[in-house]
Amino acid sequence: MIAHYGYQDAEGEFFITIDTDRCGRCDGKPCVAACPRGVFTVEEDPYGDTVVAVDDRRRKRLRYECAGCKPAGDRPSLPCVRACPWGAMTHSW
Amino acid sequence: MMMAPRQEYWRWAEGSWADPDRHWKDARVVTLGIDVGSVSSEAVVCLDGELYAFSTVRTAAGSVESAENAMKGVFERTGLRFDDIHYVVGTGYGRVNLPFAHKAITEIACHGRGANYMGGPSVRTILDMGGQDCKAIRVDERGKVTNFLMNDKCAAGTGRGMEVIADLLEVPIEELGPRSFDIDEEPAAVSDVCVVFAKSEAMARLKDGWSKNKVIAAYCRAMAERVAALLQRVGVEPEFFITGGISKNIGVVRRIEEIIGVKALPTPYDTQIAGALGAALFAHALYLKARGKPQAA
Ligand code: SF4
Ligand code: SF4
Repeated sequence: MIAHYGYQDAEGEFFITIDTDRCGRCDGKPCVAACPRGVFTVEEDPYGDTVVAVDDRRRKRLRYECAGCKPAGDRPSLPCVRACPWGAMTHSW
Repeated sequence: MMMAPRQEYWRWAEGSWADPDRHWKDARVVTLGIDVGSVSSEAVVCLDGELYAFSTVRTAAGSVESAENAMKGVFERTGLRFDDIHYVVGTGYGRVNLPFAHKAITEIACHGRGANYMGGPSVRTILDMGGQDCKAIRVDERGKVTNFLMNDKCAAGTGRGMEVIADLLEVPIEELGPRSFDIDEEPAAVSDVCVVFAKSEAMARLKDGWSKNKVIAAYCRAMAERVAALLQRVGVEPEFFITGGISKNIGVVRRIEEIIGVKALPTPYDTQIAGALGAALFAHALYLKARGKPQAA
C-alpha cells in the first residue's frame, strides 16, 4: 500500500509517502529510530501487516516537525530516507 | 421581545433506513459498523454480509454518545437490540474510544471496503469528502486499499467548508449544487479555499455585485480544483466513485469530473454510510474468521 501522510494547505503540499508493502519485510524498521522528532510509529495495518505510519499527532504539522532536517540552501539527505534500506520513503517538499 | 430562532442553513437531514424485504431474525450473522466522524456519525447493520439497515446522526460532544445515538436510530428502525449483534467494528476519528466495539479499523480501509460494495468490484479510485477531511483512495477488486491520501488539516474541500458558505450566503446546503449551475458564465475559482479567507472573499464578491449563485459556483470550483489535486497525487484510475456528504453536491462533483476527465459511477446508495458499511463488512469477515470460517478481511 502506498500511504501519503500529511496535508495540503495554502502554503503547499507536505506529504511523507511510504510504500508499506516494503515495511512488512523490513527488520528493525530503522526509520523509526533515525527520526529525531518521533514522527513514525509502528502499527498493524487492517490487512495484518506490521508497517510504519506517521504518528497521528504529527500528521498536521509535518512541515514544522521536519524543519530541522530541511534547512534552506544545501539540504543534506534526510535521516529517515537515508535509514530506509528499501527506498520505501519519499517527502513531497 | 422574543427572537426568532436563527435558521441553520447548513443542517442536513438525519435519518434511518431498513430493507423492508428482509428481517434480521432470518440471518445467521448480524454485524454492526459504527463510523464516528467529526460532523456526522453512522451505524450500519449487515445481515450475512449484505447491507440491511443504517442510521445517520449529527456527531454529539463525545464519541460514545455519538455512536449510541446512531445505534439507537438503527435499533428503533429494525427492532434489533445490542445483544442480537454478533460482531461490532468501529471506525472514524472516534473509533478508538468505543468500548462496545470488538475492533477498531481505520476509516481509509473501511471506506475502501464500503465503496467496493456500493460501486462494485470495478471501482479503483474513491474520493471521500467528509465533514472535516478529504480522502483519495485507490483499491483493488476486493476493496483492499493500495494507495491513499487523507487531508484533514484544512476544511477546504470538506463538508465543513461547504457549511460555512451555506451559512454565509443563507442558502440551504442541499441547494448549493443546483444553484451553482444557475449562472450565465462559469466564474474563476475563489482564489483561496481556506474557509477563513473564502468567507471574506465571498463577501467582497457580493459587494462587487456578484449574485449568490455566482459566488457559490466560484467556491464549488475552488473546492473541485483543490480536491482534484489530491486525487492526482494518488492517480485516478476508472472506475471512479465518490462517497461522503459532499457527494450529494453536484456543483462540486460535476466540476471534479470535468477537471479529472472521469465520470463518477452512479449509485443508488446513500454514500455517506460508506465508512460504517465497510466496518460492518469487516465485522462480518472477522466474525467468520473467529468462528473458523475464514473470509478475506
Ligand atoms: S526503513 Fe523503510 S522499509 Fe523499513 S519500515 Fe521504515 S519506511 Fe518501511
Ligand atoms: S525529515 Fe527528519 S524529522 Fe522529518 S521525518 Fe525525516 S527524520 Fe523525522
